[in-house]
Amino acid sequence: MDTRRAPRAVIDPKVRQVGFFAPPGQAQPSSSPPVSDLSPSSNSLSPVMIPPPRPVPFPAVPLSPLRRPSAGESIPVGSYNPSEFASPTASFSEEAPSPRRAHRGISRKFASSLPSGGFDFAASKPNNFPASSLKTVSVVNTPPGVSAFPDKKGSKAAFAEKDGGPSLEVQCEQSASSKSLKEKTSKAERRALQEAQRAAKATAKAEGSKAPVVASGEVTATNAKPVKASKAPSQKNDISSVVASEKKGGDRPPEKDRKKDVPQPRMQFDDKIRVEKAKKRAVVKQTEAKHRVELFRHLPQYEHGTRIPDLESKFFQLDPVHPAVYKVGSRYLAGDISGGNARCIAMLQAFQESIKDYSTPPEKTLARDLTAKMNCYVSFLIECRPLSISMGNAIKFLKTRIAKLPLTMSESEAKATLRSDIDRFINEKIILADMLIVRHAVTKIRDGDVLLTYGSSSAVEMILLHAHELGKLFRVVIVDSRPKLEGQLLLRRLLGKGLSCTYTHINAVSFIMHEVTRVFLGASSILSNGTVYSRVGTACIAMVAHEFHVPVLVCCEAYKFHERVQLDSICSNELGNPDTISKVPGRKEINYLDDWASNENLQLLNLIYDATPSDYVSMIITDYGMVPPTSVPVIVREYRREHLWI
Amino acid sequence: MDFQVVVLAGGTSKELIPLVSKEVPKALLPVANRPVLSYVLEFLEQSNLKHLIVVVEGEDAALRVGGWISSAYVDRLHVEVAAVPENIGTAGALRAIGHYLTAHDILVVSGDLVCDVPPGAVAAAHRRHDAVVTAMLCSAPVSGPSESGSSGGKDKTKKPGRYNIIGLDPTKQFLLFIAAGAEVEKDIRVQKSILRAVGQMEIRTDLMDAHLYAFKRSALQEILDQKESFQSLRQDVLPYLVRSQLRSELSLDVAQAEENGNDKVVSLDNKVMLSQLVANTSSSSFHELCAMGPNGSAPFPRKTHKCCVYIASKNKYCARLNSIQAFSDINRDVIGEASHLSGYSFSAHNNIIHSSAELGSKTTVGPQCMLGEGSQMGDKCSVKRSVLGRHCRIGSNVKVVNSVIMNHVTIGDGCSIQGSVICSNVQLQDRVVLRDCQVGAGFVVSAGSEYKGESLARK
Repeated sequence: MDTRRAPRAVIDPKVRQVGFFAPPGQAQPSSSPPVSDLSPSSNSLSPVMIPPPRPVPFPAVPLSPLRRPSAGESIPVGSYNPSEFASPTASFSEEAPSPRRAHRGISRKFASSLPSGGFDFAASKPNNFPASSLKTVSVVNTPPGVSAFPDKKGSKAAFAEKDGGPSLEVQCEQSASSKSLKEKTSKAERRALQEAQRAAKATAKAEGSKAPVVASGEVTATNAKPVKASKAPSQKNDISSVVASEKKGGDRPPEKDRKKDVPQPRMQFDDKIRVEKAKKRAVVKQTEAKHRVELFRHLPQYEHGTRIPDLESKFFQLDPVHPAVYKVGSRYLAGDISGGNARCIAMLQAFQESIKDYSTPPEKTLARDLTAKMNCYVSFLIECRPLSISMGNAIKFLKTRIAKLPLTMSESEAKATLRSDIDRFINEKIILADMLIVRHAVTKIRDGDVLLTYGSSSAVEMILLHAHELGKLFRVVIVDSRPKLEGQLLLRRLLGKGLSCTYTHINAVSFIMHEVTRVFLGASSILSNGTVYSRVGTACIAMVAHEFHVPVLVCCEAYKFHERVQLDSICSNELGNPDTISKVPGRKEINYLDDWASNENLQLLNLIYDATPSDYVSMIITDYGMVPPTSVPVIVREYRREHLWI
Repeated sequence: MDFQVVVLAGGTSKELIPLVSKEVPKALLPVANRPVLSYVLEFLEQSNLKHLIVVVEGEDAALRVGGWISSAYVDRLHVEVAAVPENIGTAGALRAIGHYLTAHDILVVSGDLVCDVPPGAVAAAHRRHDAVVTAMLCSAPVSGPSESGSSGGKDKTKKPGRYNIIGLDPTKQFLLFIAAGAEVEKDIRVQKSILRAVGQMEIRTDLMDAHLYAFKRSALQEILDQKESFQSLRQDVLPYLVRSQLRSELSLDVAQAEENGNDKVVSLDNKVMLSQLVANTSSSSFHELCAMGPNGSAPFPRKTHKCCVYIASKNKYCARLNSIQAFSDINRDVIGEASHLSGYSFSAHNNIIHSSAELGSKTTVGPQCMLGEGSQMGDKCSVKRSVLGRHCRIGSNVKVVNSVIMNHVTIGDGCSIQGSVICSNVQLQDRVVLRDCQVGAGFVVSAGSEYKGESLARK
């Protein structure tokens, strides 16, 4: 902790945003009584700090002191402080776990010893004032979201005020507003006046904290640099926030301070600010589902009905997305492609297509521009459906390949190299790996075996078919579960090849496990602590099999391994469409959950994946052979270089 | 997105005589004082489709349409106008411009479509399923025009069963059967093979083919080349594609697959495995299941292609201007319930009166009306649910209800016009009574005459 504390407390501006520094800043002599009341409380946990009930901090958490001047006029000073104090303990846990912990310790010390909160406050001001006065100017510029058709807008505003669908209306509105600002300076002036008043208010409030700034010039000097650096992005940020907030009455807090945050490994969807921000960037308009299970709020869940039509209607506006990528994305969204390997292959083939059609714009280098393009495609695909780990690994591979391209290589050569690299990845990492897995696994199948499998795994299917071709006599039990019923497809194909099968649902697994001699499971990913991350229900099967002393063999290609460690299936998972579990296909009379969305007390949970602890896995069959789950980190470590072909 | 857009603007349609003439081809018929084609062009422009090919029947009509487009859409759209001979049908028109088509997919839009369904949705559905053709279907108007007063009296043009009979699969994504309602006499024949493959077919009559299709170019051109006799997209090409979807004669599937590198015929084991990997784990439509044979492992997979549909939601407006009845309906809707299409801003009274229009004393213009630029009205007139064009001169005591009056029309005192369409430069002398009539351009109706349900035009 000490190593962490030293740099962060003095130099790094990151620390100050997280929230604990704010109260000391407020605790200047001029501040209101409840605030000064609070500053000692940061030294010892007093009953005042008891976090308010859970739902409250979500909308109201003020994230940092920087935001105060703009948001302050609507919120009384005293009212948000308790929630701010509560935030590190209750609702901020997903922010950035390690800094937070370090921080608590720091703030306890600092709150009493140093007036450091004051610097922070003042340092934020030069950042804030220009940005707010820039607002009016920025409106004149075309907002980034609409910049795709600026020429169209002008003519449209002139030609027809009311035009077309709802999405376009919004743009018209924006263009109209920007137009009026351009023409009538009076309105702009009025706005500037308003901003000035707002700013003046903020200055008045922050007056007390000004004095220590002057006293401790060296600290502000260290602060000044990051502030300046953050200026440009914050301005840019404001352009979009102004546009977005015009309808909402301009009470959106600017998020410029969050810019400096440590980039998070993944988006936490109960973090309102980030979600808002992501929404603005998003290509697909996504309305989030209303009733979400508390424990899984950090995962994205959207109203499923609304996304496909929206994506479809924007078809011709999505110029930056290559048609092949678009097609794959829309098929992910519609659920036409599922399964780790299939999704990965489809994505790579789409990338191949897009590389084929790619040409480097003048005055840009292929490596940089193509990487940017790939990022754009990947973020589009993420919007359609969160990436699987296999896809993440494949993208990482492709990006390293692009980055490693020699600068002297001509464009056509580079493209050909990349395309053949992708082909090689598909062949070696997926197809050959599957063949090797089949070769290894078949040795574990003996005559008279009863093999159980769950869902539909491509690797397991190949193993079964190959064993059948070798003339082994065995029986297959396919265990399936609602709502996807993927096992039926597998069943159909196995029956077509003449295998003898038993089909049952997961409810009956404890009964059927008596007769089973081996369990073969597929996996979406295997993490470095040996946890198998796979279709929901896999853990249940593995545990039952373990209880019955039936060996559990997990078949997984090594490109799906990941160095992450995961102990539960909560922190990273995917939520499916809740409607699919509330409706039973083919049985209209089961309609008890028809209007579940209107019931406040009901939340549906349709998890896609679960994590099987390594205790329940007897063996992992991978392209490097049959290994115990404890050997996964070895493979991840030793073969990572080979995976990326560095 | 590798789409090309072809707007089939037609020529002078027979159904619309006497409204259309040499001077006013169908594409330029005014709907709320804007040519009907402008609705299509703007509808495409909104979707960022700015490179269009407009196909017009007849050289004269093409010149007029081209002239209008270049004056109205200069700097906004990149439009190429192609003239094709008359009476070669929609398929013929596409055949004629075949060598201009280069994109992977083609969006064919009828020039008389007034709708607000995003065309991107059709294109996206087309791409997602990798279909040969995707048709847009919209819900047919419940009973044609809304029956009120005299407007519905035009039974002559309104056939009861003119909408399509459409067969859909249970997921409502694929087209299994299509027939125009007017052509069906007694019974319809549904192919057993398709029924067997799908298991369940939903036959609907409440949907209307909106004449907005997305075609795979290679497939379309192959059909047009092979089947010389095909005249119309709707009557020949689409039913042919639907009929043959499970025993496709198109060679493009193989060619296409080879391009994509997941062909089943190529003997590379890896490739086969790859395509199977993708296909097996994905939810497949009945096409793939049928292609793979009953056991899922036919030695030679049957060739299939997909015909998809995009069903527009009910709250979208969609209509085609293909009859006189439709003309007055659309005029009324664009000013009334689908007013967002018109692009005008409505006044507080829910009507549009141009600032240069002059109204006499005690003249009332009701809601859902439109009065064009420079029109003059005398005293004690009454206008209800009607569209009046530019520079009309209307006398006193005139009643106009549920009608469309185009530009430069002169109407004498004491006239009464109900449910009629009056074309440009018509002169109605005093005390004329018209009910459900169409008056062709330049016609003069003598004083005191009364007509009901007639079509008046210069001989």
